Amino acid sequence: MIRSEILKDIALILRDQLVVCNIGIPSQELHAIDDQPTNFYMLGTMGLASSIGLGLALAQDKTVISIDGDGSVLTNLGTLPTIGNNCPNNFILMIIDNGSYGSTGDQPTYTGKKTDLAAMARAAGCDNVVEVQDVDTGEALQAAIDGKRGTVMVVKCDSGNAKMPVITMDPVVIKDRFMKAVKAS
Amino acid sequence: MNIDKKICDDLVANDVSFVTTVPCKQLAGVIEEVDQREDIFHIPSNKEDEGMGLCAGALMGGKRSAIIMQNTAIGVTINTLATLIQYYRMPLPMIISYRGELREPVACQVEMAVHTKALLAQLNIPTYHFHWQKDVEEFDNILKYTFMCNKPVAILTDANFWGGYGDQ
Ligand SMILES: [Mg+2]
Repeated sequence: MIRSEILKDIALILRDQLVVCNIGIPSQELHAIDDQPTNFYMLGTMGLASSIGLGLALAQDKTVISIDGDGSVLTNLGTLPTIGNNCPNNFILMIIDNGSYGSTGDQPTYTGKKTDLAAMARAAGCDNVVEVQDVDTGEALQAAIDGKRGTVMVVKCDSGNAKMPVITMDPVVIKDRFMKAVKAS
Repeated sequence: MNIDKKICDDLVANDVSFVTTVPCKQLAGVIEEVDQREDIFHIPSNKEDEGMGLCAGALMGGKRSAIIMQNTAIGVTINTLATLIQYYRMPLPMIISYRGELREPVACQVEMAVHTKALLAQLNIPTYHFHWQKDVEEFDNILKYTFMCNKPVAILTDANFWGGYGDQ
């Protein structure tokens, strides 16, 4: 499976959750598949989906799912120790690891070679790290939500992108409706 | 006057309850004070752009946030300031140790100091420079201004403000 197939697969699980989605094609795919006020789309700033999600989870009680990529985690590796040492029970970092920089033309990342993100997360102090195959994403994600403990998921899948339109929503609108959704009970 | 305490008092009075820090020798006292305050959640970050991501998340979760860092971080965070903090219109007080200014003992620090104000000006970031201890009196107003206009705001604090480096 490629990322967009996984996102379609788990769209109903994501729908009720606060989601911080990685820059580029991942946000475009999520936006096209199931746009929700509970989705925060990153339009810029590669690498910070995990940090934004962690800050959000620490600031309020609802479950937060950051959808990140292997390339983006590699560009902000300092995030793993910060998560490992501060992870609240309501934070799930879901790394879609397709071994490539999808948004820029599928250039290979090091996770498709020797680098093991799940092992890196464990070494960084993350207590609850699960590595799953693409077809098992929904089950593992639901278990992470129901388990109510901070989780890092590394989802291994194929490289590739769906053709989706660019997000034209204004960033302030994205933020505003997201903050209202965070506040809503 | 204890400026570490005054900075934290003003943060708390302005409802800032989430602070991330990347250390600098000059900032050691204020970082310790932040860490000890019960009404401030302190989370150290490994890099300043990561820290701004944490602040953005906390802000959207309903908590006012701030970052404490060195001016070298301006070189690290320009993209994050432009495409996250400014693009989404988020308020962010940045308490910045202004290394490489008067009373600086380390020559290399001057190399980023000479670019600091120019970079902040290029980004249209409101910038204040604390040189004398009494300048801290403005901090409360700067915080109110930051949360009024929803912008990142820089407070540069030099070695003279912090009392120099002892015998250096
Ligand atoms: Mg990838």
